[in-house]
Amino acid sequence: MSARLAFDGVACARRGRTLFEGLSSTLEAGEALLVTGPNGVGKSSLIRVAAGLLPPAAGIVRHEGARALLAEAVALDGERSVAAALGFWARLDDRPAPEARVAAALDALDLVALADVPVRLLSTGQRRRVGFARVLASEAPIWLLDEPANGLDAAAVARLEALVADHRARGGIALVATHQPLALADAWEIRL
Amino acid sequence: MIALVLRDLRRAYASGGATLIVAFFLLVAILFPFAVGPDQKLLARIGGGVIWAAALLAALLPVERLVAPDLDSGTLDQLALRGFSATTVAAAKIAAHWLAFAPPLMAATIAAAGLLDLPGEALLTVEIGLALGTPGLAALAVATGALVAGLRGAGAIAGLVMLPLAIPLLIFGAGAIEGGAGGLKLLAATSLLLVAGAPFIAGAAIRAGTE
Repeated sequence: MSARLAFDGVACARRGRTLFEGLSSTLEAGEALLVTGPNGVGKSSLIRVAAGLLPPAAGIVRHEGARALLAEAVALDGERSVAAALGFWARLDDRPAPEARVAAALDALDLVALADVPVRLLSTGQRRRVGFARVLASEAPIWLLDEPANGLDAAAVARLEALVADHRARGGIALVATHQPLALADAWEIRL
Repeated sequence: MIALVLRDLRRAYASGGATLIVAFFLLVAILFPFAVGPDQKLLARIGGGVIWAAALLAALLPVERLVAPDLDSGTLDQLALRGFSATTVAAAKIAAHWLAFAPPLMAATIAAAGLLDLPGEALLTVEIGLALGTPGLAALAVATGALVAGLRGAGAIAGLVMLPLAIPLLIFGAGAIEGGAGGLKLLAATSLLLVAGAPFIAGAAIRAGTE
């Protein structure tokens, strides 16, 4: 896949307060950018700007290829089963074979046993993994991950790192905002 | 778009929303004979207006659950990321809300007409009026739901925003019972205006909410 994500002089302001400015960076296929920094510094806002959900106060964000977002809000219907909730989103993606994509994502994240469990019964970490399964199932080349390791146990963090590495090996891009240490091989790092 | 309508429709029925609306509608209709006394002539005369007022209140009932949960859960973000415009999402929500509340409400109207001793031809006019007017009510409810999503005390504010705007529907809807075809045409025009305008207003409110 050919993918690209470029920030050109991007600034972000929330409620009149400038969070960061003059951010320029270009991510080519296979590259990852790790955004670190203390709470409230604008990591999540940067992810939302990259997703096109928040217009930047200045500068421009360009992207080639579809984007997938893992954010704090999990966006899954609580009363539906994990497989059905993921299936809803997979069918909205502009890709063939939604059921197969969901099954593969559940398998990759060790969620097969939870496929029939209603989303509202999941723990925080399980919910996070299901959210990540949606990113995986979308097959989007650009991953935007906001605190992906929140609530995950050590094994799940290792799996997350392996999946991101695998995604990059296939030419994908990852933009990861985190306050926890994540092992991403030769990723660019920005400290806000 | 169809997937969005079906999802909202399923959620409306799964959360008991549609049943609640019908129960609420019938309760309001039952309340009036108790309030004004068992005078058959009087009840028959005000019956159509009572049904319209009850329908309006019933449409307002789920207003907090139409948009706010999707805003909180991040569903609107994920839809925006997949290229759905906020206007499309709002239009889907209007269609789903109408499908969830209008058909059960129109069925319940037959029972309400019995309670209020409404004559047959008046019932027919009320049903035609509801068929024309409820899309406008649904559009108004979704637009209001989008405007108040994320506010504290959203339910009370929603009532203050929506009820005055619904007055034209109420006037032409209840007026059609005596005014006949002319009233129904005005009702349809008002309803059409609301259905055409509401997706854009609700869409703008959703965009402002997700930023």
